[in-house]
Amino acid sequence: MWGALQQKSGLATLVSSLKHGQVLERLVPMAFTPSRKLSTAAKEMTVRDALNSAIDEEMSADPKVFLMGEEVGEYQGAYKISKGLLQKFGPDRVLDTPITEAGFTGIGVGAAYYGLRPIVEFMTFNFAMQAIDQIINSAAKTNYMSAGQISVPIVFRGPNGAAAGVGAQHSHCYAAWYGSCPGLKVLTPYSAEDSRGLMKAAIRDPDPVIFLENELLYGESFPVSAECLDPSFCLPIGKAKIEREGKDVTITAFSKMVGYALQAAQELEKEGISAEVINLRSIRPLDRATINASVRKTSRLVTVEEGFPQHGIGAEICASVVEESFEYLDAPVERITGADVPMPYAANLERLAVPQVEDIVHASKRACYRAVPMSAVV
Amino acid sequence: MAPSLSKLLRTAATTAKPPSWNGLRAACTRSISSESYSDKTTITVETNLPFTTHQCEPPSRIVETTPAELMKFYADMFTMRRMEIAADSLYKSKLIRGFCHLYDGQEAVCTGMEAALTRKDCIITAYRDHCLFYGRGGTLLEVFAELMGRKDGCSHGKGGSMHFYKKENGFYGGHGIVGAQVPLGCGLAFAQKYSKAEAVTFALYGDGAANQGQLFEALNMSALWNLPAVLVCENNHYGMGTAEWRAAKSPAYYKRGDYAPGLKVDGMDVFAVKQAAKFAKEHALKNGPIILEMDTYRYHGHSMSDPGSTYRTRDEISGVRQERDPIERVRKLVLAHNIATPAELKDIEKEAKKEVDDAIALAKECSLPDSSELFSHVYVKGFGTEAFGADRKELKGLLP
Repeated sequence: MWGALQQKSGLATLVSSLKHGQVLERLVPMAFTPSRKLSTAAKEMTVRDALNSAIDEEMSADPKVFLMGEEVGEYQGAYKISKGLLQKFGPDRVLDTPITEAGFTGIGVGAAYYGLRPIVEFMTFNFAMQAIDQIINSAAKTNYMSAGQISVPIVFRGPNGAAAGVGAQHSHCYAAWYGSCPGLKVLTPYSAEDSRGLMKAAIRDPDPVIFLENELLYGESFPVSAECLDPSFCLPIGKAKIEREGKDVTITAFSKMVGYALQAAQELEKEGISAEVINLRSIRPLDRATINASVRKTSRLVTVEEGFPQHGIGAEICASVVEESFEYLDAPVERITGADVPMPYAANLERLAVPQVEDIVHASKRACYRAVPMSAVV
Repeated sequence: MAPSLSKLLRTAATTAKPPSWNGLRAACTRSISSESYSDKTTITVETNLPFTTHQCEPPSRIVETTPAELMKFYADMFTMRRMEIAADSLYKSKLIRGFCHLYDGQEAVCTGMEAALTRKDCIITAYRDHCLFYGRGGTLLEVFAELMGRKDGCSHGKGGSMHFYKKENGFYGGHGIVGAQVPLGCGLAFAQKYSKAEAVTFALYGDGAANQGQLFEALNMSALWNLPAVLVCENNHYGMGTAEWRAAKSPAYYKRGDYAPGLKVDGMDVFAVKQAAKFAKEHALKNGPIILEMDTYRYHGHSMSDPGSTYRTRDEISGVRQERDPIERVRKLVLAHNIATPAELKDIEKEAKKEVDDAIALAKECSLPDSSELFSHVYVKGFGTEAFGADRKELKGLLP
């Protein structure tokens, strides 16, 4: 939602996106005709529709792409991401599997070995733990072990991390788990544009991609440009996006936390702190260049993630910044993460166990040596 | 004698002091009295359908019962039904969050099993666990308080609907990952044999879980090691939205144990379930694992986010309710054998409704767990290490 407001604020965001190497082919002419730009930016799309349309278009473009998972076909998808696909592509390309993750993941990887391009859906990534041997040992490592003979063009996708009140076994974030594994690519879309562009990139990519979605983002709407709606649209893997430019502190986030970081940036603005929000988009490869360039500009870093703190994404980002931009840091790196406990069910405990916007605001102020809020506005 | 529930509520209201935990538990223990019905008279009942067997001889279709047992079945199943329907309303009014998987329609399975088992036997199941918990002696207050995430819930509000436990009564949960509970159940059986407990474990799973590889791995080891494990497939014919014939090449789950014997049971007939459970327990104690397939049905969808009508017809659902409802069956038996009058049955129903409503009212008054509970029970022994909240500089706890 906040991302939507940011993008509506106009050219500044577009220009900064162009600076960071993103190819926005058809946008440039449109940018010079403000009225047309307004009409193109006015179209909104939910993350759900973004994912659905991306998968639909890639399946239309390449007959080797097929989708398998629980309830993806007749049920139209547990979260309706695959709505209409069975009707359009038929049962040979949209397969309802039994509740047997280890088995169907192995089958998907085997099909990828042979040259097909499977999309394997996990109803949530918690259930993918039943299949993680196939993901790591059979998918991630095979191109290496076979010296390039057998590549694995597969996409594993599904909701990751906490939803609302679903308890300990259904709330785990796997970004750090998969992010540590060579051979995998790990993507974490936030907006509808991210979802479309990164999903298309993932399906077209020749390597195994872990595509970590978020259940609570599926219904959120974001503005999408005409360029984004084009079937040839694609976002580069391994490139973060500066969602909001700033000069005082860098906040990195991915998935749902990008929205929280943007809200925090709004709050910080009122207190005279200008925060730069980076939407990581890609956990592996991690866009260290963008992160470090930002920290060299702001000198302060707050990392935000939903997952557990130890050995998390923030830990890796902190190490990268300490290694490459140590002299630029003016304050210790701050980490905001999920609490170091299994996810509790009770509403008050759950609120304490996941990052809140005010946590990001506090940490940012600490990084700016302004732990006590200033009474005067700069 | 336990103080009455209404007295406790009144005292709590006037003194503004929370009622004592033990007082609450005592007051919410089932008080529907089947003691006034005879447990000396024997009634003979024939199961509705014969048992279908795989690699074994069937138990008799003739089951003995007593008026007291019949009335207890009625009261227990009716209470379970009310409990689940009340949970539906609470979920819709957002007092219950997250996932909620309801058991209404399947009451005969857990009730019949309890009649054949002791509290030394263990039961473990997946996430459709409210009634199993209740059958194992959990109270309505513990159920509703847990569902609403309050500190007087059976897991102190930290587990939620899918994570009810009562270890002292042999109930090991309450598991969210399809299939995982089956090897766990075989592990309980392993420990029972190891400890010479002379008791068995009933590990429950659904038709959706029946295809999980880990089930066959655990069954294989249970058979090799002669473990007292009874695998109970609660076949309600749909794994979420997928009908059994679309998920299983062979939906004859009682045969899927191959070398392990199996019995197919009318899961809507509490006496068939009781008989099969008794048979299975005896078998497992002597000869190792056995599979029971309970042919049952859930009236609700898979969970509260599933309407349950996109993959099955409303006619099918109402048909089962009319022809095979487990509570109706017992009611007919009670009336046919003149054990109670319709008016007496109505009294029992009113009492059950009141118990459920009282428990809900009390649960609504229960407080949320204390913030310190965020960090409790991560470990048994935490060595005093720190655990952090979302902002590690603002919130942390010591793990004792």
